[in-house]
Amino acid sequence: MTGFELAVKLHRPEFTLDVAIAAEPGEVLAVLGPNGAGKSTLLGVLAGLLRPDSGYVRLGERPVTDTTSGLLVPPHRRGVGLLAQQGLLFPHLTALANVAFGPRAQGMRKAAAEERARRLLAEVDAAEFAGRKPAKLSGGQQQRVALARALAPEPGVMLLDEPLAALDVDATPAMRALLRRMIRDAKQTTVLVTHSALDALVLADRVVVLTAGRVVEQGPTRDVLARPRSPFAARIAGLNLVSGRACEGGLRTDDGPMVFGRGDADVVAGDRAVAVFPPSSVAVHIERPDGSPRNVVPVVLAAIEPRADVVRLRASASAEGPEWVDGLAADVTPAAVAELNVEPGAGLWFAVKATEVAIHAAGG
Amino acid sequence: MTATLPAQADAERKAHDRHDIGIGLPRWLWLPAVAAFTLVALPVVGLALEADWARMPELLLSESALTALRLSLETAGISTLLCVLFGGPLAAILARSRLPGLRVLRSLVLLPLVLPPVVGGLALLFTVGRTGLIGQALHLWFGITIPFTTAAVILAQTFVAMPFLVVSLEGALRTAGQRYEAVAATLGASAGLVFRRVTVPLVLPGLVSGAVLAFARAMGEFGATIAFAGSLEGTTRTLPLLVYLEREVDIDSAIALSLMIVVVSLLVIVVLRPRGAEGLR
Repeated sequence: MTGFELAVKLHRPEFTLDVAIAAEPGEVLAVLGPNGAGKSTLLGVLAGLLRPDSGYVRLGERPVTDTTSGLLVPPHRRGVGLLAQQGLLFPHLTALANVAFGPRAQGMRKAAAEERARRLLAEVDAAEFAGRKPAKLSGGQQQRVALARALAPEPGVMLLDEPLAALDVDATPAMRALLRRMIRDAKQTTVLVTHSALDALVLADRVVVLTAGRVVEQGPTRDVLARPRSPFAARIAGLNLVSGRACEGGLRTDDGPMVFGRGDADVVAGDRAVAVFPPSSVAVHIERPDGSPRNVVPVVLAAIEPRADVVRLRASASAEGPEWVDGLAADVTPAAVAELNVEPGAGLWFAVKATEVAIHAAGG
Repeated sequence: MTATLPAQADAERKAHDRHDIGIGLPRWLWLPAVAAFTLVALPVVGLALEADWARMPELLLSESALTALRLSLETAGISTLLCVLFGGPLAAILARSRLPGLRVLRSLVLLPLVLPPVVGGLALLFTVGRTGLIGQALHLWFGITIPFTTAAVILAQTFVAMPFLVVSLEGALRTAGQRYEAVAATLGASAGLVFRRVTVPLVLPGLVSGAVLAFARAMGEFGATIAFAGSLEGTTRTLPLLVYLEREVDIDSAIALSLMIVVVSLLVIVVLRPRGAEGLR
């Protein structure tokens, strides 16, 4: 097993990737971020498919990219495996030949390569598909074979580029469990690009959040998702996030109004901080409520989004209320929505108890 | 990539076809479409009606006919091979490399497609002819003279057929994209191995149909051949040249030979092309 370390800059018309990331041997690193944040570019740099403008990449102790010396080890000599959203099995080869392709390319004899391919196909529960061409396999079956193929050359580092995004809803849980077994439990050093908090929680030891080409947040998966410090991490964790500066009893947003909450131990008044609370903690009223909640704000209902068993009300700022409510989510039951009887554009009151609002220090 | 099995999707498409009410196909389109098809197909029927079927075996088995047929098949076959060997790599570079000025290059490759073949033949003659740019050097240094030899026929055919192969193959390469190649590289395959084991098999259908078109075009080549290679029996007189010649002497023979060309061309297109197009599916 190898770890890796990289520090690269790469200019694209849309953004500049400027990151320094490392992973221990056997660690699974999830990279989260909005579209166009540079996640795929990062994988391309690791795989050797892209040449950064400056910086270096080391796989274990071995430098594979270094712009100062002009070093760029080609993809086929890196030992970096890639599993993309689409399995991209070679359509002209059987599943077995697909899996044996890597070992064969490394010079292994046909019989030995096929034996390894059979063993891997069995491990991903695809032994019975060995003789089939990809066109005769379902999306989920193809992705399993593609995982076996990517593992067959025994890569030092594995790159998973949204490996579950293109699968059927029914096929996703099985593939996720398989990835957990073959990647995380097997201590395979991996970079996993995903949009899903669940995938990150199940598969990754650590999370890096990229936004506009930069790392805005990183840490152990559970911490980042439970206490997000960036809007993107909050959104995929399904939490509301308001940023500002910590103050006594809560946080003051940059345009003035205060959000009441409970601070972490490491929060220092005056420093950058974020207030985080789940949509389920937000109570929704037609009239201004009287009572204990400290945070009571007027909002305009922007959208009504049906979820699995709740309805999410999305707020936008109202003329008389604070700006920070823009984009806040409140989860209520369908019955409550029927009782409120409101349409987007209507004025509402959101109330959140201060005890539900966690104030975290935000880096930078 | 959808998760439905492609076999299923095929079946669904077929079921759909049966119930399709034909949106996007206004009825009046049939009129010009039938006219176009008639223009293509009817002359062949006319040819067949004019033919003297009783003399057909004798006309087709004449020595000059057989000689011309063999020459045509041989030269067209070699031309097609040359198109694949040289046009294939050219297509790969047009599709994959990031050379500046690639668009100009691509347009130039199409030149034989739009040029009157006789002009192409003259251009070849003045380049490879004894006094030409390359011909002079060939003659002086190696004592090789190309015009009015079988080599000239092959060169003329390769010249006119090349764009068919290049365009068809470049399209296939673009459609296939580079994603499979990137995956193959991450699996440890060198550029050469990726090309042999992934790129070529993926574009094989495009390569086959390009080669078939090139072969058909080479078989039918007339203008460039007569300008650059002349019409010497057994050496440069291919089937189309023989037809042109016989037209003056024995019209029945010309018709018979024409029909033979039609049959050979149809065989090539009908028998080979669909197999190539279906390819690996």
